[in-house]
Amino acid sequence: MDYTSIKPSFGDRMFTIINYSLLSLFFLMVLYPLIFILSASISDPSAVVAGKVWLWPVKPNLMGYEAVFKHKLIGSGFLNSLYYTVLGTIINVIMTLLAAYPLARKDFYGKNVIMLLFVFTTMFSGGLIPGYLIVKDLNMLNTVWAMVLPGALSVWNVIITRTYFQTSIPPEMLEAAQIDGCNDFKFVWKIVIPLSGPIIAVITLFYAVGHWNQFFSALIFLDKQHMYPLQIILRDILIQNDVSAIMLSDIQDAARREALRVLLKYSLIVVSTVPLMLVYPFVQKHFVKGVMIGSLKG
Amino acid sequence: MKALQLRTLTKRPSVPSASPIRKMLRVWQLYVLIALPLLYIVVFKYIPMYGAQIAFKDFIVTKGVWGSDWAGLKHFDRFIHSYEFGKIMRNTLVLNFYNLLAGFPFPLMLALSLNYVRIRWFKKTVQMVTYAPHFISTVVMVGMMFELLNPRNGLVNNILQAFGLDAINFMGNPDLFQSIYVWSGVWQSAGFNCIIFLAALSSIDPSLHEAAVVDGASQRQRVWHIDLPGILPVAIILLILNMGSMLDVGYEKVLLMQNPLNTRTSEVIDTYVYKVGLVSQAMNYSYSAAIGLFKSVIGFILILTVNQIARKANQTSLW
Repeated sequence: MDYTSIKPSFGDRMFTIINYSLLSLFFLMVLYPLIFILSASISDPSAVVAGKVWLWPVKPNLMGYEAVFKHKLIGSGFLNSLYYTVLGTIINVIMTLLAAYPLARKDFYGKNVIMLLFVFTTMFSGGLIPGYLIVKDLNMLNTVWAMVLPGALSVWNVIITRTYFQTSIPPEMLEAAQIDGCNDFKFVWKIVIPLSGPIIAVITLFYAVGHWNQFFSALIFLDKQHMYPLQIILRDILIQNDVSAIMLSDIQDAARREALRVLLKYSLIVVSTVPLMLVYPFVQKHFVKGVMIGSLKG
Repeated sequence: MKALQLRTLTKRPSVPSASPIRKMLRVWQLYVLIALPLLYIVVFKYIPMYGAQIAFKDFIVTKGVWGSDWAGLKHFDRFIHSYEFGKIMRNTLVLNFYNLLAGFPFPLMLALSLNYVRIRWFKKTVQMVTYAPHFISTVVMVGMMFELLNPRNGLVNNILQAFGLDAINFMGNPDLFQSIYVWSGVWQSAGFNCIIFLAALSSIDPSLHEAAVVDGASQRQRVWHIDLPGILPVAIILLILNMGSMLDVGYEKVLLMQNPLNTRTSEVIDTYVYKVGLVSQAMNYSYSAAIGLFKSVIGFILILTVNQIARKANQTSLW
């Protein structure tokens, strides 16, 4: 935003100082709880409970993490989440591409009607109960399908993808391919998909994060413990405070057990969030790109 | 040869008036492609809308949606006259307006502020860290709040006590519920939501800023007279979208944050629908569906109204 080499006025310097101070303040407010949780998770349990941890770990150790990995349900929840995320995301991406390409074509007769059908669902819905009943009627309760099919397509992502197709695949390319005898199926497979790397990355990311963090559909559609995704297990432990006595039973002292229970929670927060946070720096620029594509009025 | 060219030339104008069936046949492959997504939309979105008619019926599972007897507006009547109605409506509206009022300006201010940062590493670091909480799931987010706000050994109360103040039982106080909900939301998503404003800011013509600098405008004046008007259209569209989804924002989080102590302020339409329809022993699908439909209709009216107002006032609208 620096356009000149004119010496900044007093007002502008004040502006800059205030700007940087406020940003730093917000930055620290976001960062501090994250660092605290990380530090608490590797501190001594009694120090955490006594409130001796402020910023850096106190007597670092890995007891909390040991407790997390000893917990049977956390392991199975992790695997279930991974399964639902991978399967669900594959279905999502295929469905989104299938919907977005025809809608991006100018000569697709009926485009506006179908678009309206799609967009209307974002503004009006039948509600929770009818949505639940359809899943029930299709006999999908307590199956993996209840986790991946009801949300198989996000209209918002279809719009983003459609806008991408419209702006980055020139119509001349289609004409050229058609003259060479290429049909629409082949065109999508050989031209559109290979040219759509960035947008596929973006929607894959959006969908995958959504599946990984999904909690409500598991709550209403599943009641078998061995099928629970990680988020349900996390809710039981973090929010309903349901840490089974068995896993901590080798510790006799009640106070110490209580402390370890707190420590376990901090470790669990870290373990369950780290996978996403690790991928995140690599995909950050795609995320930004996705939001920018979406912001173009299509 | 010449005659053929002539014929193709004269034939051209008749193409746009081809019959709809011909036009559809010409792109039949596109219909094949979109068939599956369309099937999905019909099955999981439109059939439930059709199923929402159970709100006007006494739904019995064995009789099905169509076979159950009509009950008129009985369920709506019951909801509006129930003693919970006033409380639930007030909670829903207060929570959502509060969320909108507090949640909307922050990303905007953050974007404006970041836009004037010239030190690249500083900007990158701030962005990186403030986007990060967006990836924390609702469950973990609420779990974090429970730990940090814990009255006995939570961080926030430790800080309060270090300053000699009394510990506060945050999660058990119904008067604090809404503030905790809203400000934890700001903490989690202000960074991520500012991306869209940053994108809008970067599309403002730089020559406007150059001209303003030449004319001696201060940075504050440039924010006010160039940046803000420049991102106003995007802001309004986002506002309309937020208003439309206003009544169903984040009920997962409300549900997770709920406990017997704070239901006075934390019971909203969606959590009530869930409890009446799927949790309580006497599951009442019809009653629950009626409440859900009530909410959907209000939400729909809201988005139409806001869109209309925005169109009148600013020539910016969704459609």
